[in-house]
Amino acid sequence: MNPANYVYLSALLFTIGATGVLLRRNAIVVFMSIELMLNATNLAFVAFSRIHGTVDGQIAAFFVMVVAAAEVVVGLSIIVMIFRTRRSASVDDANLLKY
Amino acid sequence: MSQLAAQAVTLAAETRTSTGEAVAFWLLAPLAVVASLGMIMAKRAVHSALLLAFVMLDLAICYLMQSAPFFGVVQIVVYTGAIMMLFLFVLMIVGVDSSDSLIETIRGQRWAAILAGLGFGLLLVLGIGHASISGMAGLGGANASGRGSGGNVQQIAELLFTRYVFAFEATSALLITAALAAMVLAHRERTEPKAGQRTLSEARFQPGGYPTPLPPPGVFARHNAVDTPALLPDGTPSELSVSPELAARGDIRPVGAGTLPPGRRPAEEAESETEPVA
Repeated sequence: MNPANYVYLSALLFTIGATGVLLRRNAIVVFMSIELMLNATNLAFVAFSRIHGTVDGQIAAFFVMVVAAAEVVVGLSIIVMIFRTRRSASVDDANLLKY
Repeated sequence: MSQLAAQAVTLAAETRTSTGEAVAFWLLAPLAVVASLGMIMAKRAVHSALLLAFVMLDLAICYLMQSAPFFGVVQIVVYTGAIMMLFLFVLMIVGVDSSDSLIETIRGQRWAAILAGLGFGLLLVLGIGHASISGMAGLGGANASGRGSGGNVQQIAELLFTRYVFAFEATSALLITAALAAMVLAHRERTEPKAGQRTLSEARFQPGGYPTPLPPPGVFARHNAVDTPALLPDGTPSELSVSPELAARGDIRPVGAGTLPPGRRPAEEAESETEPVA
């Protein structure tokens, strides 16, 4: 098997995540799609790290994971805050900034 | 000498994937794609969360197969353990059955999004195909060449604390900022003073208050289930003893329900404890 297959899988998962961000209106599901995209890039990093025979790619994936954890904490608390004021988790309802 | 030869053999074997790995990949990859498609199409957010956890476990096995044991384990611990649990917590706060509104606010957004996704995926796959990645160096050598005893974890630690030490320090600042941000965002200012014992007691004796505790359900009734109202001394059911939620749903058991005629009771003695006091 060609190790590039992992990269193809990662590209597919990234595409599905990006489509999910465009398609879904529930803020939590949009967030999960972003997580899927981050996971896909991690897979590509690990696959390339193996293809090139260095561990640097895994370090990059490690940093992606740290940033993803921080992003989830802040993003979910923003979602909870919006839910408290508007009683809805739909991204369509958070449109007050446009006035 | 034989050790060196064995190492050379493992290095040579590492440059191409084994049959077992190929089998596992062709099992896991379609599952991951199907599960992630299900994730973006599931109507309920909880199903999306579970499918995403499945994809993450799937990817963890992919990392383990790709001689990245540290990363495979961290994927399970951090992603499926911590991040997905955080997602589930927030889902529980927001409400499990909050499903998407199906009204399109922008006309034709769904088809445009699907088209854009397909185009993007095609572009990515064609780009990767054009790059013609073939063969690999394998991580057997890199994992073994660490200082210390050698191994994936030692190798990562060595790189993390030498070449990437500034990036590593920056992540600490990032994590502290994120923790502070979460605390600031989740903080709610109290707008009225907290009700003390005196205030609560006085409110209970105001008109409309109820000074004593409410009667629990099932007192003097045939059953002590929550849907059975307590019986007052004159035998009428007490509305206060059952939850108004149950009353609104019409789930309250009527007083005479389930009572068989005296001659047909199967276990008169066993039920005598729950009989109303005459």
